[in-house]
Amino acid sequence: MAARQGLSIGAKDIAMNAIGWPNWRRLNQEGIVFAIAILLFAAATVGLPGFLTADNLVAIVRSVSVLGILALGMAVVIIGRGIDLSAVAIMAMSVAWYLQLLNTDTSDGLAFAYVLAGVLAIGLLNGFLVAYADVPAIFVTLATGSFVFGYVRSQLITQDAVPVPQGHWVELLGGLRFLDIPVEVFVFAGLAFLVFLFLRYTKWGRFIYFAGDNPVAARNIGIPVRPMLVLRYVLSAAMALIAGLLTAASLHSINTRVVNSTLLYDIVLVAVIGGIGLSGGRGGVRNVLVGAALIGILLNAMTIIDIPLLYQNLIKAAILLGAIIVDGIINPRDEQTAQQGDI
Amino acid sequence: MNFRERLQAWRYNFVPDHLVGEILTKRWTDNAIPFLALVATLGVFGSIIPGFFKLTSLQESTRQLGEFSLVVIGMTVVMLGGGIDLSVGSIFALSCFAAVYVFFILEQSVWLALVAALCTGLVFGAINGYLVGYLRLRAFLTTLVTFIFGRALFDILVSTYAADVQLSQASSDVLDFIGDGTFWGLSVSVWLAIILAIVTHIALTRSRPGWHVLAVGGSRRSAHNAGIRVRRTVFMTYVFSGFCCSIGGFLIACRLSGAGPGTGLNLEIMALTAAVVGGVSLGGGRGSVVKGLMGAIIVLTMTNGLIRLGYGTGTNQMVLGILLAVAVTIDIRWLKNRHKVLNEVYVAPVYLRMGETQSAAPGSSTPYELDNRLSEADHIGLGELEGPEDVILDRDDHLYCGTRHGEIVRFFAPDYKRSEVFAHIGGFPLGLAFDKEGNLISCVGAMGLYSVSPEREVKRLSAETARSWTSVVDDARLRDPNDCDIAPDGRIYFTDSTKRYDAHDWALDSIENRATGRLLVYDPKDSSTKTLLDGYRYTNGVCMAHDGKSLFFAESWACRVHRYWLEGPKAGTAECVIRDMPGYPDNINRASDGNYWMAWLGMRTPSFDLSLRHPDMRKRMTRRLPQDEWLFPNINTGGVVKFDEKGGIVETLGDLSGAAHPMVTSMREHKGYLFVGGILNNRVGRYRISGADPNWTSPVSYWGAVP
Repeated sequence: MAARQGLSIGAKDIAMNAIGWPNWRRLNQEGIVFAIAILLFAAATVGLPGFLTADNLVAIVRSVSVLGILALGMAVVIIGRGIDLSAVAIMAMSVAWYLQLLNTDTSDGLAFAYVLAGVLAIGLLNGFLVAYADVPAIFVTLATGSFVFGYVRSQLITQDAVPVPQGHWVELLGGLRFLDIPVEVFVFAGLAFLVFLFLRYTKWGRFIYFAGDNPVAARNIGIPVRPMLVLRYVLSAAMALIAGLLTAASLHSINTRVVNSTLLYDIVLVAVIGGIGLSGGRGGVRNVLVGAALIGILLNAMTIIDIPLLYQNLIKAAILLGAIIVDGIINPRDEQTAQQGDI
Repeated sequence: MNFRERLQAWRYNFVPDHLVGEILTKRWTDNAIPFLALVATLGVFGSIIPGFFKLTSLQESTRQLGEFSLVVIGMTVVMLGGGIDLSVGSIFALSCFAAVYVFFILEQSVWLALVAALCTGLVFGAINGYLVGYLRLRAFLTTLVTFIFGRALFDILVSTYAADVQLSQASSDVLDFIGDGTFWGLSVSVWLAIILAIVTHIALTRSRPGWHVLAVGGSRRSAHNAGIRVRRTVFMTYVFSGFCCSIGGFLIACRLSGAGPGTGLNLEIMALTAAVVGGVSLGGGRGSVVKGLMGAIIVLTMTNGLIRLGYGTGTNQMVLGILLAVAVTIDIRWLKNRHKVLNEVYVAPVYLRMGETQSAAPGSSTPYELDNRLSEADHIGLGELEGPEDVILDRDDHLYCGTRHGEIVRFFAPDYKRSEVFAHIGGFPLGLAFDKEGNLISCVGAMGLYSVSPEREVKRLSAETARSWTSVVDDARLRDPNDCDIAPDGRIYFTDSTKRYDAHDWALDSIENRATGRLLVYDPKDSSTKTLLDGYRYTNGVCMAHDGKSLFFAESWACRVHRYWLEGPKAGTAECVIRDMPGYPDNINRASDGNYWMAWLGMRTPSFDLSLRHPDMRKRMTRRLPQDEWLFPNINTGGVVKFDEKGGIVETLGDLSGAAHPMVTSMREHKGYLFVGGILNNRVGRYRISGADPNWTSPVSYWGAVP
């Protein structure tokens, strides 16, 4: 909580953001991560043959596009002092249901309407339980994530992986290229820009920082804290749907087993490692981009070196742990001001 | 009484509404919801799954339950300490692997395998504990990461060694017994779970480390400020959780004779759901091992039941998700609103029809007619005193009175200008009396019966009586000791006005009007306290009759005075001597002419009397209106009444100006003066009584002249 450290730090962060460049005099997590990413990039360029090629660079960006889109949604939620653990479940299960509907001859428009309604409903439910029932976000989203996966898997679809029907627009989307760059990169860039505009230049975007930094004070000055909370979870759910469609587009099917994979932690990793404090009120789109860059380079390098997937998980977990420890040391909890029940 | 009133009287006087509120104050009501859920779950799945309750089936399912319960116990302790441990599944799996590796690949003994499993769990738990406890990272994310880390490690190890384990020839009877055997009909895992549950329960409820865990979970900041080593306590909870998981992992290693990719999968969400469904509170401090175990049985019965009923992939997760969401929401809402619910339902008014009364209005020519004489009283300690409920004078003419700050203040004779704090007791000293040795006996509101010696030593005489058999809330404690007086044999008779409300909530008691006031006696010979009479509407003042053979006591909300006989043919019984007064009686004291003084703390009003005949209206009032808008008894006008031995009213004094003594809670005659106190007043009044004996004092009247 920036308020604890004195407002000056929070003000500096925002001032720094306004310029748009990291403040080099103040070494923060984002700066460190950015430096590490550059070092890693340099090392990989020197050490790994075939790393610094146009194709590989595009592959790096492409590989983190879906992750980045999910991380954008997560970032908006985390800045408002929340977390959305249901993102991956929504991403995979909504698209799986959509494709299942298409495969069972439901008209495209109707199917999409169903799915969109379902996704928004889960977002609303998350937001409602967090905002109006005062249930901690981690439990709400853990529960809804589990529910979404279980319900769709057991009631709506018949197998783990659902293929995209031949010739459907989702399939065509996957093949779309512009200047030899896959379309998801543009989608990621576009969404990042939109979220940046939202957070920087809209009233509600600015309010998210206030609400995340000190919800009670934000409420006292008349900010509609609760409706905004609901909006954030809906936004995150919608982002998940977009990410899911892009995943299906590039793989021509969606595998619901991804819910039980470590993708969810990768999303948190991207957001946290980029320097978005889990206690809310700080960070922005740039942090997501820095985090995504590091993870993208790392994953790509590990793939080129041919490290098995299991070991990649181990390495990612170790990095995430390091990021959380650094976060904990930079923003330590204080016995006198820490909130009771804040786990 | 018309039909409506008769109906209301039956409805509100015979249906024990007040028990709802009293039951809600009990901590065990927290267990009621999970317990009902447990019964319902077992009932539903027991009836739809054939053979659910068969012994062999139970033995098989309880074996799994034993392992799961161990994990849930660990999770419960961590949650009680204010944290959460999502890495239980990983610890479980890694411990299982450690045991399997030592036994099947290194081909060592089972006990060494157990040691390996325990070490794995303790080390992993210590890492969690170090990160969360000492580095103060956020428990949820940290254990989430260590969970991924442990899981990745486990997956690597299992895929590397799976083939070797399959080929191993190692076997052991001990291993088979732990895995498949039973002992007195129960499997080893169930025995271990039971033993660990009992030990943990005792440790949590009856040992210092356990209390520290609860204190840290209940309020981390307060625990820190109280000097509890918060970080070490948190650290230990995670180590304990690791220990529990490692035993579970060892057991499953024995049962399955191997470790597979599915070992411990989804265990964290199951254990978390179990703890929360059982009623262990998120954020710490509230919960118990028993609750965790109830949750464990519910969750395992549901998930296993669904598998046995043949529901497909994902159903379990769906059900777990719903269970978790519902349980967490109920937990949070209940915690937040329990107070409100309790406030809403606690006040349970009863029906009472007050009798017709004579008027007390000036000019009405009744014995109760109020005049303006008390407004002529001098003031003592004006502005210095707050709430002199009772006043008393000693043999040296010094004046004593209690204050709302918990002090007894002494004003020095002869002019009562100088004062000092005679004794500090705490609570709210109300009724006062001097015993034969000159000790000042006081009924201290919210505390009990106290004695202050002339050397100012404060001593507690009594704070409780015997608990009655039908009580829900412990009524042994004296909630509102109000007034006392002392019999010639030294026994102290005193009143406890209500069992339902604390002293400062006396107004709520008047609105509820339930008869729970008591008359008690304290015997200094054996320091015992006995309840003599029960079931009066706010017992208040007590006064020994001049002959010491009976005593008078006031029943405030019923506007009655009773006489309780200590000797003679009616000994041990009470009779009503004054009924249907126009005012609410408070303290009673002796007068010099053989009569008695009685204070009126307030006056009856037709509106409040009417409301007493409408308990439904008062119930709605306490629920829907803010307290400022409630209809209370009128305490803005009071007075002093003199009555004789038979209960006949002699005269009534009042202060119609309302400036000096609008309400009176006590008065004491001393050498021709009447000293007047009021619980909401800021002074003691001194009024000269015309024609009173100028030498009469109460200590002499009680204990005779000092030779």
